[in-house]
Amino acid sequence: MAVLLVAEINDGDLAMDATAKAVSAAAQLGDVTVLCAGADCSKAAAQAATISGVEKVLCAQDEVYGHQLAEPVADLIVSLAGGFEHITAPATAGAKNILPRVAALLDVMVISDAIAVVDSVTFERPIYAGNALQTVKSSDGKKVVTFRTSTFEAAETGGAAPVETIATVGSNGLSTWIEDTVAASDRPELTSAKIVVSGGRGVGSEENFEIIKALADKLNAGIGASRAAVDSGYAPNDWQVGQTGKVVAPDLYIACGISGAIQHLAGMKDSKIIVAINKDEEAPIFQVADFGLVADLFEAVPELTAKLG
Amino acid sequence: MKVLVPVKRVIDYNVKVRVKPDGGGVDLANVKMSINPFDEIAVEEAIRLKEAGKADEVIVVSIGVKQAQDTLRTALAMGADRAILVAAAEDIHTDIEPLAVAKLLKAVVDEEAPELVLCGKQAIDNDMNATGQMLSALLGWSQATFASGVDIDGDVARVTREVDGGLQTISVRMPTVVTVDLRLNEPRYASLPNIMKAKKKPLIEKTAADYRVDVSPRLEILATSEPPVRSAGIVVGSVDELVAKLKDAGAV
Ligand SMILES: Cc1cc2nc3c(=O)[nH]c(=O)nc-3n(C[C@H](O)[C@H](O)[C@H](O)COP(=O)(O)OP(=O)(O)OC[C@H]3O[C@@H](n4cnc5c(N)ncnc54)[C@H](O)[C@@H]3O)c2cc1C
Repeated sequence: MAVLLVAEINDGDLAMDATAKAVSAAAQLGDVTVLCAGADCSKAAAQAATISGVEKVLCAQDEVYGHQLAEPVADLIVSLAGGFEHITAPATAGAKNILPRVAALLDVMVISDAIAVVDSVTFERPIYAGNALQTVKSSDGKKVVTFRTSTFEAAETGGAAPVETIATVGSNGLSTWIEDTVAASDRPELTSAKIVVSGGRGVGSEENFEIIKALADKLNAGIGASRAAVDSGYAPNDWQVGQTGKVVAPDLYIACGISGAIQHLAGMKDSKIIVAINKDEEAPIFQVADFGLVADLFEAVPELTAKLG
Repeated sequence: MKVLVPVKRVIDYNVKVRVKPDGGGVDLANVKMSINPFDEIAVEEAIRLKEAGKADEVIVVSIGVKQAQDTLRTALAMGADRAILVAAAEDIHTDIEPLAVAKLLKAVVDEEAPELVLCGKQAIDNDMNATGQMLSALLGWSQATFASGVDIDGDVARVTREVDGGLQTISVRMPTVVTVDLRLNEPRYASLPNIMKAKKKPLIEKTAADYRVDVSPRLEILATSEPPVRSAGIVVGSVDELVAKLKDAGAV
């Protein structure tokens, strides 16, 4: 069976981790063709061609795909849909914007955030912020699926799939890109980091987040935050972990000054080891923590930073 | 300008979800139900547009069981002008899929001709994150998802979106479908007088059949299960002990 996988591309570069994880999920369904759409997607296409398990890469190059706007990219995917039984993507904000639109244009349901492939028409996915898991079987002719990347291992690289440049379908000009506000950072990306250090409302201010950053830097970790920390302006929105933020499953997750609301747990409870540092021993975060430390984070976190490494 | 806001009745976000022992779904009997938090933000935004003189009328619509009347009354109490209930299910445990909801919403849009549809970005029950995008596709309109800022200016809307890398700002042609994220605004509480007033605001009832939309599901739910539980951990007494444990576990 033929599977189309829409690659995650940022500014011409392939998001390798997210795409390779989705490839390992999609490969369970059949032969994977990766679609790279961008203003200049030659680089991303070459990167995608190295992922093991990819049979072919399609490169759709046009200015209108430069910022992954939903309307033109969805039209492009629909134009290719005839040849595929499955249309898939990593469950990134980008794909969640586009794939439901594709599904509706094809008159099929979308299956968002699949965490397991049971068979070619049956998938498991979390509902209610991960408090229940549902197994759904699709009766649609085509299956449109996004895969939650935190639950799949990245496919290896070392392949050399052929790259084919394909015709594009243009844009109806419904939307235009204005600007991106992206903070450059040398830290590991949150969703692919092996270790994540997160701060919550307990951190108290943007300045105080420096102690979270110091620990993260010591551990070469990515940084996360609770919604309360983001809402209060202590941390940028792209750090939010949870039901409506990013879902992470690192080897080690260190939650500092986070109470452990179900909406936060939804984004991190599949981490291998969870550490919680909170001064309230009743905080629900301790129910999921492997190692809990009841302490004031302003003392414990700098001490931990000093004593590690 | 008319603004249409779809609202969903969902389990309250503070309620602990229980999977039925027979695996037949999540137990919603005798559980507190509320307006989906994202939809509440969409209602608030629509009301603010009206207060700013940019919208003339705010219409709220809910699709589902007839108990969704309560959800609509909540939105009316916040300040929406009138409500439409599209009854599409009898059993409170039936979740109408986003594709069917989008088709019904399209029918409502065809009738009401709003220039803006403001949706929540996802419902906290099925977490599908799809209805707004699907509606936009069916209408052939522009879409702006995960909005944390919306500025309508004539025949375009400038929308700031929360994306994985940070923020993206786009401009979309009206009419449009916008799906809202958590940080767009803080919804108001309805005052008691407004709750009383809301009881008298128009609420009309329709059915899915009135719009000739087939709401039968495309996804068959084979099973619903509890997620794996984490085994209980330990409380350490000091930072030194924590460091030792982490080293033992090979985590650092
Ligand atoms: C629809 C919806 C979606 C949501 N999505 C998300 C989401 O994606 N992600 C998310 O995180 N939340 C989300 N939330 C919000 C969630 O419900 C909680 O409100 C939020 O997670 C709380 O953040 P917090 O733990 O930082 O703050 P709080 O709950 O206020 O907890 C702060 C903690 O810090 C501790 N503390 C304070 N000072 C110190 C100190 N000096 N030392 C040590 N500990 C200290 C306190 O004991 C407390 O436990 C969502 C909510 C809704 C309604």
